[in-house]
Amino acid sequence: MSEQKQDKAQSGSVQTTGHAWDGDIQEFNNPLPRWWLWAFYATVVFAVVYWFFYPAWPVGQSYTKGGLNSITYKVGDKEVTTHWNTRARLMKDLQEGEESVKQRQYMQKVVDSSYEKILSDSSMMQFSRSVGKILFTDNCAACHGMGGAGVIGLFPNLVDDDWLWGGKVEEIQTTLEKGRNGYMPAFRKTFNEQQMDDVVEYVLNLSGHDVDKEKSMRGAALFNGEGGGCYYCHTKEAVGMKSVGSANLTDGIWTLADVAGQTNIEAKREAVRAIIKNGVKRQMPAWSQRLSSAEIKILTVYVHELGGGK
Amino acid sequence: MKFKHESIEINAGLLIALTLVVVSIGGLVEIVPLFFINETVEQVKKADGRDAVHPYTPLESRGRDIYVREGCFLCHSQMIRPFRDEHLRYGHYSLAAESQYDHPFQWGSKRTGPDLARVGKKYSNEWHTQHLLKPKSVMPDSIMPNYPWLLENALDYSDIKARMKAQKMVGVPYSETDEEYEANVKRFGAEIARDLDIVYAEENLLRQAENGNYDGDKSRVTEMDALVAYLQVLGTMVDFKSYQEGHFSEFR
Repeated sequence: MSEQKQDKAQSGSVQTTGHAWDGDIQEFNNPLPRWWLWAFYATVVFAVVYWFFYPAWPVGQSYTKGGLNSITYKVGDKEVTTHWNTRARLMKDLQEGEESVKQRQYMQKVVDSSYEKILSDSSMMQFSRSVGKILFTDNCAACHGMGGAGVIGLFPNLVDDDWLWGGKVEEIQTTLEKGRNGYMPAFRKTFNEQQMDDVVEYVLNLSGHDVDKEKSMRGAALFNGEGGGCYYCHTKEAVGMKSVGSANLTDGIWTLADVAGQTNIEAKREAVRAIIKNGVKRQMPAWSQRLSSAEIKILTVYVHELGGGK
Repeated sequence: MKFKHESIEINAGLLIALTLVVVSIGGLVEIVPLFFINETVEQVKKADGRDAVHPYTPLESRGRDIYVREGCFLCHSQMIRPFRDEHLRYGHYSLAAESQYDHPFQWGSKRTGPDLARVGKKYSNEWHTQHLLKPKSVMPDSIMPNYPWLLENALDYSDIKARMKAQKMVGVPYSETDEEYEANVKRFGAEIARDLDIVYAEENLLRQAENGNYDGDKSRVTEMDALVAYLQVLGTMVDFKSYQEGHFSEFR
């Protein structure tokens, strides 16, 4: 094969570039394949046509804007017509695109309806579920998890039917719009070690754990007396208050201390103790600036349904 | 001397120089005209006539350095394109004005993780701290690595003034003299101008870290403080609700 080529080159039947390396290595100068050449000419023609329709050439402090290709979109009641550009195209797509129009009609229906009506209308619920899922994934899942199960110790579980700040639609909407500040003071300095033991014992007793009766009695006195003052927020019945987001301690549902996840009672004690000692400070951001009221309404419905809302 | 291909091909230095010239032509004709076109960087003014987009504070600027150091840009872009799907997922498309003080810009070219151009104020500081320490603890499906050292490393801000001066040399309006400070007060308002003053860079950095308490520990300033401060300001400077719909298409 190589001999054949060399022969061709030397015989002059094929043109070479005229360079020779190491004495006898030469390069053929074959014409470009026909199909390639035509494809190349076609791109040149395409470019010239493009210049006439789309923004292309810089001219001084401006540029040629292209013609016969303008985009018209609405600003309020006025119509604005501009040369082709991606920003205007997006505006038009959001205003008149098939999907956008359909979505907006549904959205408007949800906005115009009361929560009661939405919750009882299967087509609106279907819409809220599919749009809500996307909104939830983009905005809420980072903390509360894709399925809404939360992270014990950090972010509340939205799937169970326990609601720190209330599970009525109006309460969920307020939570979304304004955010929440979960706060419990640290009792590190209030209680000594023994008092701490007592209160831990009482808190575990509240949710039906088998505990030291005597310690628990002393703990109850601290909980319901001025010594600890826990009842200010958790109430004397220890069922918590929705207005301040304090936890119900009697239901065996734990969002901060991972009591349910521990198998032996010592670890459970340790989990509760850490919370009492260090307190709680956590924040749910406010979403009214970031999401539209329609989006918040749909998320409210979505979260309400997730947790079998009240 | 008669010109011959061969004279270039056997001269490596000349070959490199001429190759660079040829390769740069594409870039030059596409990029250079943008420096002269008025509308390339939008004028974004607030209702009071001040600039909406301002340079980073010293703490945010150090956070940005850490963002670059850790290579965040390899997986996260900061550029929301004007498409409907991106509009729905990330929010308003990015403006050129929003990265006008970024040297170098962090637009990125690959999204392994989500775009971060509007991540600011979306999540709480606690979330960012937890997420950076161990992303899987808040997002079980995440493939982002852990960055535990951010909370361990004290933030090195000994060279913050030099860093700001370097940024100033490439056009970021940090102030050194009284006149420059006054100009910034007019342009950005007194509160922001204070943070842009190189003379008080350390004090400003410490004050923001103390007030913001980004990593939940007020006793020391860590790299976590700086990075979270940076993430929390991304995409928050322009209040798009205060502009008429379609306002920014007029710049294109």
